Parts: sequence; structure tokens; C-alpha cells
Amino acid sequence: MARTVVVILLTLVLVGAARAQKKSIRLPEDNPMAQLKPGPGAEATHDHCFICHSTDYIVRQPRLDAKHWQAEVNKMIKVFGAPISESDAKAIADYLAKNYGTQ
Amino acid sequence: MASVAAGAGIWARGTPGGPGLAWAADANPLLAGRPLVRYPQKTDLILLTSRPPQLETPMKYFEQAITPNDAFYVRYHIYPPTEVDLSTWRLKVGGHVEHPIELSRDDLQGKFTRASVAAVNQCSGNGRGYFSPRVFGGQWANGAMGNAHWSGVRLRDILTTAGVKPGALDVTFDGLDEPASPSIPDFVKSLSVSRIMDDPDVLIAYQMNGQPLPLLNGFPARLIVPGWYSTYWVKNLSQITVLDHAFDGFWMRKAYLIPDTPCGCVEPGTAPAHAVPITRMKVRSFIISPEDGARVRVGRPITLKGIAFDAGYGIEEVAVSTDQGESWRRAQLGRDLGNYSFREWSFDWTARRAGVYRLMVRATNRAGESQATEPLWNPAGYMRNVIEHVDVRAE
Repeated sequence: MARTVVVILLTLVLVGAARAQKKSIRLPEDNPMAQLKPGPGAEATHDHCFICHSTDYIVRQPRLDAKHWQAEVNKMIKVFGAPISESDAKAIADYLAKNYGTQ
Repeated sequence: MASVAAGAGIWARGTPGGPGLAWAADANPLLAGRPLVRYPQKTDLILLTSRPPQLETPMKYFEQAITPNDAFYVRYHIYPPTEVDLSTWRLKVGGHVEHPIELSRDDLQGKFTRASVAAVNQCSGNGRGYFSPRVFGGQWANGAMGNAHWSGVRLRDILTTAGVKPGALDVTFDGLDEPASPSIPDFVKSLSVSRIMDDPDVLIAYQMNGQPLPLLNGFPARLIVPGWYSTYWVKNLSQITVLDHAFDGFWMRKAYLIPDTPCGCVEPGTAPAHAVPITRMKVRSFIISPEDGARVRVGRPITLKGIAFDAGYGIEEVAVSTDQGESWRRAQLGRDLGNYSFREWSFDWTARRAGVYRLMVRATNRAGESQATEPLWNPAGYMRNVIEHVDVRAE
């Protein structure tokens, strides 16, 4: 009996030590208050950009012109390696310029 | 369209405009619409982006020279690790060395001389949101910085133990963070061997303000490069590789570049002819109290407080102007925690008449480097260090 208690206590101590060795966190899901505006190209924009970053990265950008958005989409593909086809890239750049560009 | 589930976790606390959710600021347009969020091991911080996690420290924390661990800002480029098991985690040191080694955290703590430094960690793009003309990128206000006592092991001691072979040139640093897709470059940075061997303050830190680092600030160990922008301070470190050639990885050759000009700046809106990797921080200073938009009483003395820092020469002088920069008077410097640290300052002042006052602060370091009235500009929005101000109303 006493031996069983010792074994159980020892097990608890070991489990506790193992747990102290491990640190884990759970990250919150994406900010739901940063949804993209609806419109042509919104789906392509969401689905491709979503691979790497949440939409708050998009909606919080300054309102720059179509040329800047085109360059930004190109940068994501050519520099950061985003897997986006040429036609999708155009749809995305057009959508961003229209919805998040200069008025 | 894929949708993101709302209403769970931290988002359950409220909806825009509704009760329960705290907002970063109503007065600062840059912070408008950005909620305060509480991530694991962190207190309420200002959300920049949720994925990758980028969280900004509210300015009130900078009234003290040391930033609490739970208030320290967070910035990842790719996905941070969500679990670290110290029983299996090893810091691997290899490449162009005599003896490749693998160090556990116990090895780091027990087998090397402990070293500490108080040092500012500041994002290259801190203050990018204030650039004019505006630039793309994380639209940080000024809270992508913090100062802590970092403790760990001198990197040069680790390299000496591994035995750097003749001809070694650069050393690369990789952490446990991972890109979302294999086509995206892993976050790897480099320092030259001479930069490491000449500087006893370049550390592998396993403690931050006497505690293990929060996971989102680099647990179990991160690189500390005092005086240099935090792009070099690789978090959740796992691999150190010594190279016999210059490192030409993405994050050194394509990202984090500044114009190759003395100021690191160009004519606003133009592109630089040549670009080089960003390194040393510029001199900065801030008024933290009173905060922008505060009301003060005519005839009642108050104490202005804030911090100043540079890249390691140390702060020589902090000066304050209460008349839009016409005249400047010296502030009192607080305790000296070391050349790489935030330096607290204070300044006693009484508003003599009713109206709006623009309070400005300007620091100068021991090398004579200071801050300008006109902001510098570069296409990536790096190295902001203009003279900052707050406006207060005296009544």
C-alpha cells in the first residue's frame, strides 16, 4: 500500500516536471473586425492573402494609388514567394486599388 | 470565400462600438479601430495584425525605463511556435566550426558565464504609420519598442566553445518560427563574426527582466544585439550556423534595407540608388507624461516625464521646448542603466497662460547625434527619429 502511494506520488512529481519543461500557447483566431469589403476580386484577395496573413494587414494600410497596390502584389509574389497566378494577381491588385486605394 | 469564425476567444469580449471591448485610442487616428487584445503571457496590447501576431505597447508603459515582459510588444514575420519542450529543445551551433554543439537550456544556464545587459529592442518600422508620404507595411505608431534587462550567455563564448574555423565570415540565426508555405523564405538573419567577437554585449538571452522570456518574445532564448534594430534579435532561437562566406539570404539582401546615404533617407517619395542592410538605431526621445491631448491647470507645476535612447553611445542631454521649438531647456536625466538602455528624464514646468501648448523633446547622445525637426523618409518606413511632441491644453 505504502509502496503504491510512493509510486503514485513519484509519477505525479515526474509528470509535473515534464509539464514544467513544456511551454505551449494558443493563439487567438484572426481579427474578425477586419473583413474585406465585398466586390469583384474580394474572394481571390481573401483566399490568396489569407495564406500568410490576416486581413487586418490589408485593411489597415494607407490609401495609396493603383500603382502602389500593383507593386505591393508583385512584391508579395516575386519577393515573398506568394503562390499567386498572373490572372489572380491582376484581380487582386484591381480589387485592392478600387477598395483600399486613393478615392 | 473562407470565413474566420468570430465570437470566440479574445473576440468574445465585445463587438465594434459595443460594450466589453477596449479600444487603443480615440484621439490618435493611427490607432483608431485597433482593439486592445490579450495574447498568451501578455497584458492588453494594441492589435496591429492578428496573423502573424503583431502587438503594440501602449505608450504609458514607457514612463518607466524598464518595460514589463507582459507589456513588451510582439512582432513576427511568419508563424511563431506555439509549443516549446525544453526536454527536446536544443540550440544547435554548427557550420564552419571545429566542434558542432547542441545546447539545452540547462547547458546555457549552467555551462557558461552569465552576462546581462539593459538594452532597447525597437522595430525598424517603429513609427512607420506617421511617415509622410505614407508607405505600405505594418502601420505602427511608436509602441514597437521596449527596454529590458536581458540575461544569458555571451555569443562569443558559445562560438569560442564551438571553435570558429579560420576564414569564417558570417553567422546566421534561425528560430522555431515557420513560413506558411514552402515558397516563402524562412526568417533567418546574420551578423558578421567580427561583430560578434568584438562585442561582449551580444548575448543569447534566456531571461528577460529576471524571468523566462514570454513565448511571443522568444522563449526559450533569443539573440540580443544591443544598439541595432530588432530585426536582428532572432526569437525562439534554434540554429546558429557559422559560414565561410557572406550570407546572402532573403532577410539580409532583400528585406530590411535602407538607402545607402548618410541619413539612411532619400527625398520623400523617391527610390534610393543603392540600399544596404539596416543596423544601428537612431537617437529618439519621447514625452510620455502628460499624454497628447491632456489638460493641465494654469499656474500649477507639473513634471514632464519620458525616455530617451540611442544606439549605445549613451544619452548626453535631453532638452525640452514648451514654445514650439523657439527655446530649449535641459531636462533632468534619471538613473543610468547603461548605454543601450532607455534613459528616463523629467522636466518641471508650469503653464503660465491658458491655451494649447506644444511640448517637444530632443535628445543628444555622447557622439553628438541628435534629432531633427523635419522627419527623414525612406520607402520602407524605417528609422523614424524626428523630434516628437505632445499638445496639451492649459485651463
